[in-house]
Amino acid sequence: MTLHPILAALRRHKAGVVLIALQIALTLAIVCNAIFIIGQRIQRIQRPSGMDEKNLFLITQLWVGAPTGDDQASTDKLDSMLRTDLATLRNLPDVESATTMNTIPLINSSWTNGIRLKPDQKDATAHAAFYFGDEQMLNTMKVQLVAGRAFTAADVQHRGMRAKDEPPIIIVTQALADKLFPHGGAVGKGVYLANNTMPSTIVGVIKRLQAPSTQNWANSFFWNSVLEPVRLDANYSRYLVRAKPGRLDAAMKEVREALFATNPMRVIDDSAEHNSIESLDHIRARAYRADRGMAILMGVICVILLGVTGAGIVGLTSFWVGQRHKQIGVRRALGARKVDILRYFQTENLLIAGVGAIAGIILAVGLNLWLMHRFEMDRMPVLYVLAGVVVVLTLGQAAVLAPARRAANVPPVVATRTV
Amino acid sequence: MFAYYLNLALHSLKRNKVLTALMVLAIAVGIGASMTTLTVMHLLSGDPLPGRSAHIFYPQVDASPADFTKSEPLDVLDYRSAVDLWSAHRADRQALIANSQIKVRAPDASLPPLMLNMLSTTSDFFPMFDVPFRYGQGWSAQDDARHSRVVVISSDLNDKLFHGGNSVGRTLRLKDSDARIVGVLAPWRPSPLFYDVRGGRFANGDTADFYGKPEDVFTPFYTGLEINDGNFWQFTCWHAPDKPGHLENAPCVWVALWVQLNDAPKVAAYRNFLDHYAREQKALGRFAKTHTRLRTLMQWLDFNGVVPSDVKLQTWLAFAFLAICLFNTIGLLLAKFLRRGGEIGVRRALGASRRAVFAQCLVEAGLIGLLGGIGGWLLTMLGLWLVRRQSVAYADLAHLDVGMFFTTFVSAVVVSLIAGALPALRASRIAPALQLKTL
Repeated sequence: MTLHPILAALRRHKAGVVLIALQIALTLAIVCNAIFIIGQRIQRIQRPSGMDEKNLFLITQLWVGAPTGDDQASTDKLDSMLRTDLATLRNLPDVESATTMNTIPLINSSWTNGIRLKPDQKDATAHAAFYFGDEQMLNTMKVQLVAGRAFTAADVQHRGMRAKDEPPIIIVTQALADKLFPHGGAVGKGVYLANNTMPSTIVGVIKRLQAPSTQNWANSFFWNSVLEPVRLDANYSRYLVRAKPGRLDAAMKEVREALFATNPMRVIDDSAEHNSIESLDHIRARAYRADRGMAILMGVICVILLGVTGAGIVGLTSFWVGQRHKQIGVRRALGARKVDILRYFQTENLLIAGVGAIAGIILAVGLNLWLMHRFEMDRMPVLYVLAGVVVVLTLGQAAVLAPARRAANVPPVVATRTV
Repeated sequence: MFAYYLNLALHSLKRNKVLTALMVLAIAVGIGASMTTLTVMHLLSGDPLPGRSAHIFYPQVDASPADFTKSEPLDVLDYRSAVDLWSAHRADRQALIANSQIKVRAPDASLPPLMLNMLSTTSDFFPMFDVPFRYGQGWSAQDDARHSRVVVISSDLNDKLFHGGNSVGRTLRLKDSDARIVGVLAPWRPSPLFYDVRGGRFANGDTADFYGKPEDVFTPFYTGLEINDGNFWQFTCWHAPDKPGHLENAPCVWVALWVQLNDAPKVAAYRNFLDHYAREQKALGRFAKTHTRLRTLMQWLDFNGVVPSDVKLQTWLAFAFLAICLFNTIGLLLAKFLRRGGEIGVRRALGASRRAVFAQCLVEAGLIGLLGGIGGWLLTMLGLWLVRRQSVAYADLAHLDVGMFFTTFVSAVVVSLIAGALPALRASRIAPALQLKTL
């Protein structure tokens, strides 16, 4: 089959051809950028925090009438309350391990600071999120230790929220170790935390642990975390608890009663926003709700867009088929087979969609560049554009099929009527 | 004539129901998507103080060391500068602002203590920002000076603690001090929460939190500093404070100042005053830099890029979407009108002018637009309902107001008329003779 008659016919329908091509071009540009955004958001949502989140839950509670924590005596009192709670939690039948922590990944409550290599250094070498917890912190989170050692009970100190002294030993993430000591060998080295003039020695390196906040402001230090063997004593406390496998629901139920039985002077309340006893699955879903919403929205837009464009192609092609009814009859009478008519419309669509797709590739790349400039998006890999081209060409062929079949079914006898 | 065209249009639409439905749906979807995002955009980018925002200014000076900031002063003020500027009383109205979290209990209510956000401010805050009161009123300048133990609470907190009754005169326990309630706000939900906006340039577009609710507890500035000492949040510090949360002498910025300046000479005078203050402080050795800013409220919101980038992205997308729906409708209308070549040929032969054919086609397109507008309105309601179900700070704001309701229909009809123009023009150019021959 030669393309010449198709091109000649299309020349008589310039407006319609241009419209379909434009629509395909725009659809391609938007769909592949939208899919790219979806892909990026999914990647964000699925990045591992570094913890083994299964069977893990968090308790946030507030003491009623607690000591202030401003002086040593009241800090000690808070600490004994904290340790009583921890002992209670660890003794429960469904609890595997429990630790106190100031914050955990995926909740929007961060403690961040700079780290220096020399005490008199002006600008910090790296910025990091700080986690405070006791000797059970590592095995409760189940973070992977890749070098050095974990904390022992003897390492653990306790201090009030306001005290500024940092512990003599810390554990850091691999990302932070690489940033501080690019040539390796971080274990055993001393670094200066915050404004401290005494060094803290790195005793261990863990594979990964993300910063608490998942918002953009934390992007620059997202994988830099410092673990300190410190129980922070304040008028509230957080406990990270690992339930025995399969006993998560049971454990979450029994901790509330057990804590109140130990000390009723506390608030464990459930607000509309989130619960005070919440599983990590919930916390993760909450942290990434906006990203998931955006991904779903983009997905819905893609589907509707493809639907609208497909419907547009069906409509215009149907019109062309109706308009060329007689010509099709003549061709059939002159010996064209049904399949020839079918191929004619399919080829015609492929031509239009092809031109649209080429324009669409340019538009898609342009749109991506604009998004990069305006919204700090990443560069879209070529694969997405190619996938988009395949999608719109397939869509065109699928949409043209029904009208083309109808055209193929025009009987040759039509040629003999009226003309 | 219009009625006749309408009648013709209805007939024509009924003849090919699938095609009609397709066009109406395309317009409805396009309008629904763009109106949903436009409504959200409209809510988030609007003026929180219509009519007065041009007179509200945000003065900035910079007390940080030479290498701490570059071209822009810090987003808020250090305590000393804030109090100096405030107590100079060079503006028509001025209010200091500091944020903290505080434990609140109502002695005569049996609720457990609540941790609430408290705004410590000065008496001008309420008249300057036109804050509506349900009961009572704000405190006076004397209360500011005397560090009175008085408090204004939000309508939400009044509902929670006092079941919405008039609680003026009752006592609230704030941390370890008792304060007398002097005012209860009426429901008040400025969008964004403009007076707390800061640091937007560091947020990389994650700015949804600027649209949160106002604080539940308002106390006079010094009263708040006294009763909640040690719990104040800094914006940033160039050295760690000696006692965290106690920032009066700390090398930190944490207090914001808002001023009202009613006319241009006053603005110019205040600008001079700021510059003079910065130069004087530099001469005294307290400032290293003399740059100052005096932005209006809207300029400040703009500078902070308050509209979240996700919302902007969605709006752009929705309009690209509308464009595709538009092209789609043009194509379908073209097919529809040209298919009726015979009928149009007869009308032209019987004396209808080109203009009449054009008008008739446009009426048909407009009717499709109107139907699409109804669909678009329903889809917009659905879209906004979906926005309200999201867990973003501005979710509860997403409602269609009257203006946007009419915009929906107007834009649907306008879009369909634009879509109809080219096909109608083509239809009106049909040569009658050629069509009649083939009938």
